[in-house]
Amino acid sequence: MTEEIIIAGFGGQGVLSMGKILAYSGAMQDKEVSWMPSYGPEMRGGTANVSVIISDERISSPIISQFDTAIILNQQSLDKFESSVKPGGVLLYDPNGITNPPKRTDINIYKVAATEKAAELGLAKVFNMIVLGGFLKVKPVVTEEFIEKGLMKSLPERHHGMIPENLKAVQTGKELVQAVHTL
Amino acid sequence: MAKELKLMKGNEAIAEAAIRSGCDGYFGYPITPQSEVMEHLMAEKPWEKTGMVVLQAESETSSINMVYGGAGVGKKVMTSSSSPGISLMQEGLTYLAGAELPAIVVNVVRGGPGLGTIQPSQADYFQATKGGGHGDYQLFVLAPATVQEMYDFVFLGWEIAFKYRNPVMILSDGAIGQVMEKLYVGDYVPRWTEEELRKNAPWASFGKPADRKHHIITSLELDSAKQEQHNHKLQAKYREMEEKEVRFEAINCDDADYIFVAYGSSARIAEKAMQLGKEKGYKIGILRLITLFPFPKKKIAELSTKVKGMLAVEMSAGQMVEDVRLAAEFRCPVEHFGRYGGIIHTPQEVLEGLEEKIIKRK
Amino acid sequence: MFNQDIVKPENLVYKRTDVLTDNVMHYCPGCGHGTTHRIIAEVIEEMGIQDKAICVAPVGCSVLAYNYFEVDSLGAAHGRAPALATAIQRLNPDHHVFTYQGDGDLAAIGTAETIHACNRGENIVIIFINNGIYGMTGGQMAPTTLIGMKTATTPYGRNVELNGYPLQITELLAQLPGTYFVTRQSVHTAAAVRKTKKAVRQAFENQKNKKGTSFVEVVSNCNSGWKMPAPKANEWMVENMFAKYPIGDIKVDGELVQK
Repeated sequence: MTEEIIIAGFGGQGVLSMGKILAYSGAMQDKEVSWMPSYGPEMRGGTANVSVIISDERISSPIISQFDTAIILNQQSLDKFESSVKPGGVLLYDPNGITNPPKRTDINIYKVAATEKAAELGLAKVFNMIVLGGFLKVKPVVTEEFIEKGLMKSLPERHHGMIPENLKAVQTGKELVQAVHTL
Repeated sequence: MAKELKLMKGNEAIAEAAIRSGCDGYFGYPITPQSEVMEHLMAEKPWEKTGMVVLQAESETSSINMVYGGAGVGKKVMTSSSSPGISLMQEGLTYLAGAELPAIVVNVVRGGPGLGTIQPSQADYFQATKGGGHGDYQLFVLAPATVQEMYDFVFLGWEIAFKYRNPVMILSDGAIGQVMEKLYVGDYVPRWTEEELRKNAPWASFGKPADRKHHIITSLELDSAKQEQHNHKLQAKYREMEEKEVRFEAINCDDADYIFVAYGSSARIAEKAMQLGKEKGYKIGILRLITLFPFPKKKIAELSTKVKGMLAVEMSAGQMVEDVRLAAEFRCPVEHFGRYGGIIHTPQEVLEGLEEKIIKRK
Repeated sequence: MFNQDIVKPENLVYKRTDVLTDNVMHYCPGCGHGTTHRIIAEVIEEMGIQDKAICVAPVGCSVLAYNYFEVDSLGAAHGRAPALATAIQRLNPDHHVFTYQGDGDLAAIGTAETIHACNRGENIVIIFINNGIYGMTGGQMAPTTLIGMKTATTPYGRNVELNGYPLQITELLAQLPGTYFVTRQSVHTAAAVRKTKKAVRQAFENQKNKKGTSFVEVVSNCNSGWKMPAPKANEWMVENMFAKYPIGDIKVDGELVQK
């Protein structure tokens, strides 16, 4: 199993930390992982993206241009990465602010209305974990037990009180995700 | 040794390794994409844990000269920077080499020339392996390809640096610096005591005891005959490194028709390209260079008699390829492939490069 | 009294300090370097800190200073001595690290290193020899060259429009909160030598007490660079150099004593 993922959205949406929690969870489950962020001035409030690879084997290149899954949180990122999903792969997006939805027919497309749900439940801080839940429902590359371990490892101890809320958000995402187009 | 699993960026692994390998001092100046090295050090406050000194200097020029000072008194000292900052350090590097001082200098390479870009590159190969500063000297150059190697090579770097009394460069790039991977860290190696320092660096200017003459650390010798002798000594040391310290990883090279020669990020991209090539029926091997100086001349010479061609894969306009060609001595075609200026080639592009330049040659 | 009685230790009234080596100094007769070297060496001997003293030599006339001090030494790249000293002192907080630098080294190419070491209040001693010229390379203009002064690169005299003004770096450094003791002295008379020795001793004592940066400027002549006989060079120095670079303490115990 090798899952090559891109997570892309606005800076501040928790793109990098979602990737980090996913990578930590994979590592806790004894998988090989890599987390490669975009960096530099583009981090300052513009778009942010990170590629995460989770694999049972040694990871060759952490720098990838074709993805098994794209997790997309804004229109710019959708425009940029829709074409980079491998045929038969998955594109998961939050429909909030998306004016031109994905059009490809050779991939599986899902949506998770995380922004809307987070506002409704007052869970804005763990919005990204709702998205992650949506992804894990579609691609259970790590199990819930290890998501919890990943959170413990990646969050500083003073934030460990927030772990139940994070796990609840993951659960919410799993329930929320909807298929738009499947092969 | 107990191993603890962490998930860390390459840059943070350098900092973690510094603390855990008994480094006495780090002196640096911020520059993207390696600023996490000093940020991690400052956050960890190693002066409380191990007594290690961490100082933000006023420039890279000062950082490297702080390193020169610390190395001259026998301490394990290091710095890190990225390409433009490393250019500023060239003066210090040639002085370190001339005065035969051990130190570790990490270059997390970004695209140039000039201020260039902050994205990954491997275009500082010439600078790292062919001098960079003035005079006949060599740095010992290690090329990590993983976060684990970023960590491990700091430990290896001290060994080499003190064994040969020579500066060691860890030549990384923005991708290895920024990527976060699994990292196994070991126990803390204590910093040298004063007694250990005197034993391990007896030549250093650590303060003159009553029972010996003073030590002088310098690269100046006004008597040319003596300076030539000093150069002979340096060259002998470099030849010894070539004899004893060459390191590489040969993957699937034994029955390969084609070889990717690569280091660092490019080696990992080439590994992926090798897998893609296998699906198309090509027998490809990878010679992943771990030491860039000393360069694995013998291994390349040996492979050059067995294969149909070699592709030097590097994120530059073609630098390492020159050394591959010199070692292959025209026994097989050697070509270069690489994107550069901050663009990272994809595995697909690398495979196409092999097909176009080597497989479908003529 | 016979000769052998005179050389008996109890009869000695003057002895060259063992903190100087037996090497013959290469400095020009009448130059202030030799005297300043001796002052530093005597202070090190008197304080009993030879085993903890580390000299950082510059590039310039005193590039070979390490050949004369019988203390562990390092030769720095041009202008970088304060960077070396910073690291050495921080790595060895109980040592006595001092730099010995000329005006080109300290106030031109090494300005950044000098200012930042002083601004961090590094616990080092900086000895600064100011003779208003580049001696070693053959008498070119220094940052401290006086207006109108002829040098190899200002053959018609230093001209403000072309070359800017003489840099009073010592006054500038005194403004920094990191400097604890800043003084300007000379070594052209016996009285001046005594004062300079007192200042150097004060600097090393401050260092022992971890007070921050101590900075001793020594205004000196460069008779060969100035193209004058040594006595004439000293007269010229008193008349011209001292006018621009007045002798005396500038900052004592962390307080400015001159405006």
